[in-house]
Amino acid sequence: MGKPQSVPVLEMRGITKQFPGVLANDHVDFRLNKGGIHALLGENGAGKTTLMKILYGLYQADEGTVLVDGKDVSIQEPNDAISLGIGMVHQHFMLIPPFTVAENLVLGAEPRKHGIFMDMESAIAKANEISEAYGLAIDPHAKVMDISVGMQQRVEILKALLRGAEILVLDEPTAVLTPQEVVELFEIMRNLTEQGKSIIFISHKLKEVLDISDHVTVLRRGKSIGTVATPETSQQELARMMVGRDVELVVEKGPASPDESILDVDALHVLDHRQLPAVRGVSFSVRAGEILGIAGVDGNGQSELVEAITGMRRPASGRVMINGCDVTGVPPRQVFESGVVHIPSDRQRHGLILDFTVAENMILQTYYKAPFSRRGELDWETIHTEARRLIEQFDVRTPSEKVAAGSLSGGNQQKVIVARELSREPELIVAAQPTRGLDVGAIEFVHRKLIEARDDGKAVLLVSLELDEIMALADRIAVIYEGEIVGIVDPDTVTEEELGLMMAGAMRGPQPKAAGGESR
Amino acid sequence: MSMNSKSKAWWRELLVPVVAVLVGLAIGAVFMLFTGANPLDAYRALLSGCFGSPVNLSETIVYVTPLICTGLSIAVAFRAGLFNIGAEGQMIVGMLASAIVGYALTGLPRIIHLPLTILSGMVAGGLWAAVPGYLKARFGVHEVVNSIMMNYIALYFSHYLVNGPIKDPNLASPYSPEIADAAKLWRFVGGHGSEFRVNSGIIIAIVAAILIYRLLYKTTKGYEIRAVGLNPEAARYAGIDVSTAMARSMLIAGSMAGLAGAIQVCGIQYKFLDLFAFEGFGFDGIAVALLAKGNPYGILAAASLFGVLNRGSQMMQLLARVPKETAGIIQASVVFLVAAEGIVEGWLPIRRMAKLDVAGKEETR
Repeated sequence: MGKPQSVPVLEMRGITKQFPGVLANDHVDFRLNKGGIHALLGENGAGKTTLMKILYGLYQADEGTVLVDGKDVSIQEPNDAISLGIGMVHQHFMLIPPFTVAENLVLGAEPRKHGIFMDMESAIAKANEISEAYGLAIDPHAKVMDISVGMQQRVEILKALLRGAEILVLDEPTAVLTPQEVVELFEIMRNLTEQGKSIIFISHKLKEVLDISDHVTVLRRGKSIGTVATPETSQQELARMMVGRDVELVVEKGPASPDESILDVDALHVLDHRQLPAVRGVSFSVRAGEILGIAGVDGNGQSELVEAITGMRRPASGRVMINGCDVTGVPPRQVFESGVVHIPSDRQRHGLILDFTVAENMILQTYYKAPFSRRGELDWETIHTEARRLIEQFDVRTPSEKVAAGSLSGGNQQKVIVARELSREPELIVAAQPTRGLDVGAIEFVHRKLIEARDDGKAVLLVSLELDEIMALADRIAVIYEGEIVGIVDPDTVTEEELGLMMAGAMRGPQPKAAGGESR
Repeated sequence: MSMNSKSKAWWRELLVPVVAVLVGLAIGAVFMLFTGANPLDAYRALLSGCFGSPVNLSETIVYVTPLICTGLSIAVAFRAGLFNIGAEGQMIVGMLASAIVGYALTGLPRIIHLPLTILSGMVAGGLWAAVPGYLKARFGVHEVVNSIMMNYIALYFSHYLVNGPIKDPNLASPYSPEIADAAKLWRFVGGHGSEFRVNSGIIIAIVAAILIYRLLYKTTKGYEIRAVGLNPEAARYAGIDVSTAMARSMLIAGSMAGLAGAIQVCGIQYKFLDLFAFEGFGFDGIAVALLAKGNPYGILAAASLFGVLNRGSQMMQLLARVPKETAGIIQASVVFLVAAEGIVEGWLPIRRMAKLDVAGKEETR
């Protein structure tokens, strides 16, 4: 192989793809070295996915050439790409949940017995063989629906390898993973490159790109802004290339001036959907003018805690007080009426009705009140005027307030939610993963809005899986582990290591004061 | 920009059904050729069968009227994410209630008796639909199974009533007594015995379509119903009472099917006639609502199309010697093509536009 870092295994030259009204790729050049991990970085809608879909034969380029191993190739459909050794792991997995791992692995190329029967034994043997060859442990008998997301991703990678992939395209592979799973994935990726595979890593997370890649190509609005060697760049430079201006990766904020307590949670116990305890005796309070961050690894009771506070799930026991009123177990509308707004963690499932227009989404909780309706009749003129005002104020990029929310990019969808929630003049903001899936520009925006709200005297409860986000925003950090608050710490004095240990349950920090002692 | 995209969406919505209808007619023509008939003659006969004479036109409208109501019934439930397959049964109890209130009460002035009779049909249909609606909202029981079963209960219950308790003792046939004149809808031409059976029921049906449109798009209750239908999880997050909205939509849906029954009794039959089988208005209403994509104004057009095909097919058989089942083939192809929207879109340039939407959305999370 000679010099492993400089042999191009794949070259895309001058790729141009025009959709009506959008130039998705504008003469993009991209070059992947054999055995390299090349990151493709860009904001939502920058053209990363389009470029990769062209490579995988899902779209045809209007202009440009693709070279694999130095040879000009034509990729008309995914089968062409597969036979050229290109494998793709989509962000949303293409697995059949009730099938076993082995069945999914051989899907489309099932080994047969007597012509028509599936040969399960050789399928399992094949699965074991490939998993050993690449050191990716799997259980071939397990059903896909019973295994973790990280495992499912592993199955997807193995599926591509089984079909002879030499070039792997991983589309936002970390978006669905927990921090530990990300670490494991990166190990897998490094192993694969050692075995001569080449990887294209699509992401918009700067830190991950710096961690894992050797080269980075940045796309912005369909154009290639440049390719840099990872060791020679920084988060700041990449962010500037992505967004086209300087970005504050950590939004500046002054010291908090907390006032009286707004939210008091006292010995709260909540069961999850399987009726197992998810939140176990949690007590804390959030005061006006401060941001309390809840840090923790996904699945430690955060969603159940948020749902219990916002009325979406009835707690098993304990109390939730807002402004001194008991709102334990009351329905969501009553919680909202007492001055709470909620930025939900899943914007497409809870936060928006994608088939509703932006304007219709802006009144999701307030449609029944003046000025949006009178005596049960909606006032569309006022609704649209108000929607236009919020679109302007929160810089939502949309052709108008009358388009379906589902047609906006993820970042703009989130801005619709943030605009709607913050405009409801809350006393308490419950923000659950408010920047999930957003790119740096949009993250900066949401962070700034949350800090503005804090400085305006609102109480903010921030739940996030991103430690960086918690560290950047929170005035106090409560760490949740297995449904318990294992400590409430000061972000200025705590180290990331200490937080990590607490999140893993290996260490306990200072406990919140005796329930109610501080708050009332 | 916004105007542009809105008007574009508007003609796109319309394009698929229109193309589906044309292709459906073409498919029907192919089948006619098989039977040795001339499709042009046949379609000419179909049109003249519907519009060729005043009586024909009147009968077409008579057939369209209940279809509008059952179409609205299915559409309202569908907007809340429910499949009201029970419009058939709701219409039957609507007919029963209207017939009973129509003949049992006497001596009331028209201004009280007629509205009361119509209203009783709507209430009966609404209550009939409320049963599966309540079971769905309260216990999560699937509404399709329950509303189908409610159809059979309605059918056999009506057999029992019309062969016993409400049977007109003066007649051999299993009919209920005739309703009072004060409970009859006005026939536009001639009196209650006129051969032109078209009556003010069609106006009631059109007004109902307008009211349902206003309910869905101009009121908070309609907003709740649509929100629940599109994303019940988001509706719950937003503080909307999902069960209530579902139950309410079923109640309204049932009252629309009940209205279809009331109009049949007060405008056409004047009594409850024993049913040997389902008449099919409720089931055709599903096709009508689907063709109209649940839009109340679209339902007016879709119900007219189905009415025309049904009525005209008889004349087609008579004049062009085309089996009237051909009309069924056309109807089925139209519904098939609308349901398989993607096929039609694939034939049209709008496919490319749809791709544009995808392109804009592709990196959306």
